[in-house]
Amino acid sequence: MSTMTTNQNSTSGNLTPPVRKRNSLAKGKLPKWAIWAIAAGSIIIGAAASTLTGFNVASFAIYSAIIFLVAASVITTVAEGKRRGKNAMWTYLIYAAFIVAVIPLVSVLYTVLEKGMPGMNSHFLFSSMNGVTGAVDNETVANGTPVVGGAYHAVMGTLLITLWATLISVPVGMLTAVYLVEYGQGKALSKAITFFVDVMTGIPSIVAGLFAAAFFGMILGPNARMGIVAAVALSVLMIPTVVRSTEEMLKIVPNELREASYALGVRRWRTILKVVIPTAISGIASGVTLAIARVIGETAPILVTAGIASNINLNVFANWMSTLPTFIYYQILTPTSPTNIDPSVQRAWAAALLLILMVMALNLLARLVASIFAPKKGR
Amino acid sequence: MAKRIDVNDLNVYYSKFLAVEGVSINIEPKSVTAFIGPSGCGKSTFLRTLNRMHEVIPGGRVEGQVLLDGDDLYGAGVDPVTVRSQIGMVFQRPNPFPTMSIKDNVLAGVKLNGKKISKSDADALVEKSLRGANLWNEVKDRLDKPGSGLSGGQQQRLCIARTIAVKPDVILMDEPCSALDPISTLAIEDLINELKNDYTVVIVTHNMQQAARVSDKTAFFNIAGTGKPGKLIEYNDTAAIFSNPEQKATEDYVSGRFG
Repeated sequence: MSTMTTNQNSTSGNLTPPVRKRNSLAKGKLPKWAIWAIAAGSIIIGAAASTLTGFNVASFAIYSAIIFLVAASVITTVAEGKRRGKNAMWTYLIYAAFIVAVIPLVSVLYTVLEKGMPGMNSHFLFSSMNGVTGAVDNETVANGTPVVGGAYHAVMGTLLITLWATLISVPVGMLTAVYLVEYGQGKALSKAITFFVDVMTGIPSIVAGLFAAAFFGMILGPNARMGIVAAVALSVLMIPTVVRSTEEMLKIVPNELREASYALGVRRWRTILKVVIPTAISGIASGVTLAIARVIGETAPILVTAGIASNINLNVFANWMSTLPTFIYYQILTPTSPTNIDPSVQRAWAAALLLILMVMALNLLARLVASIFAPKKGR
Repeated sequence: MAKRIDVNDLNVYYSKFLAVEGVSINIEPKSVTAFIGPSGCGKSTFLRTLNRMHEVIPGGRVEGQVLLDGDDLYGAGVDPVTVRSQIGMVFQRPNPFPTMSIKDNVLAGVKLNGKKISKSDADALVEKSLRGANLWNEVKDRLDKPGSGLSGGQQQRLCIARTIAVKPDVILMDEPCSALDPISTLAIEDLINELKNDYTVVIVTHNMQQAARVSDKTAFFNIAGTGKPGKLIEYNDTAAIFSNPEQKATEDYVSGRFG
């Protein structure tokens, strides 16, 4: 039959291709709804399997996921061939990995929002714990009045200590990176510095805290606890990060730009200051901001260097200070009123929410800074 | 402004490796001199020794003399920065500073050195340099836009404008057209012909037609084999090099039987 059709066609015009039923280049293809059907089926079977062993959400999710992975790859293999089957299996495995990675993140955000929002108000933001005793908390619980006492002192402590840590580590870190990239290529000193920076990256934060405490203890006598000591401890943690990120950024500045500048009769230090660093500044700025975000949540080094305070202290050079992490730690571990811990727990969660918001703001700031300083495109 | 260059028996090294050996050459002021030769023969390396850019590379050093109107560039107490402000250089790939506007790119030699310049002087210098590089008409309406937004050929002319803005005596060009299309190449070649009126121009090129078109004198460099130093084989009027070379190697190269 088909031969006859072809012959008839060829009489009317030799150039028309023979009519065929099936494209020999094409393979079978599952319809679009099929994958949703497989997903729905997997969820139903997963629910059934989970019920058999006593239903709970975790086993339901795990069973469904496994059944879906197997079913989807087997059905795709049968319908579309081996290569597409493998492709489907890896695609869905990667989606699964993504979901597994995101669950804790979403869960943390949700928990912190849920538990932190009730305590988040202007009183919490703008008052300290000065004068808030166990008796006050007991009264609050007894009368059902709003929780008294806030984290203002801890917010200011966090901001001040991090600010000083940044002021110390950014110049030190950036100049070190400039030496490593611009002056020290291949020299023994730069190899040694790179090695020690790598070692510093792995220093546990408590050790950095003990170092700062011991160092200032040696100079100022024992119990020399204040904000600046904590700032030094944090800068020990920050410097390697700043060095590393700045170094990477300076390395990717094309050598041609340096040569162009030298060829105009510009000195090396001016070339570095006016050509190399401005070209890399967006990356350096976001690297620095991420380094800040890393140390802002440190608890242990702050406890051993700045102690803990319940009153507002804006002077980093005298007296103890609190930061948000140490505030949370103390509210949870030693609640203000041992018999009624709810007000303390509420304050701790509100402080945790505040800390997350600060870190988020810093990350957004890093992006903003990067886009502001980025070399301009456009015609 | 234009000055002459005399090189006496120059050896160029990368650490211990002798890259170019025994070059002696006299380059006249207000002329265009082309360096031709196969890849790796040391012509770019030699060019970079003429404004002490060679020593920017770790291990780079020279033996011998390079005289700029009789003053030895490599004499004791000579500051390479002074040398480079008198002998400008244009590179193979256009490299405008990405963080600067077109105007700031032209003024880079002044501003990066921290010299104070009044706004009217700056505007005059920008216009003069851009006109000198045949770029003024194309960019006069967007001087504050980034230099990286220009086309490749325009970027290269911007780099030339930037070089002549520091008022050098000599301009070195290291394959300035190798990254450009034929129309941009023509624009640069026309520009080289004009630059000759005020400057001594030395150009490295792989394009022999280009050497024939733009240069008054041509130097042919060659290398005996991998790992051997490059040498100056023949240096003569361009017409002589292309029509009646003295050396067999030159004839082979310019007639395409080699390299």
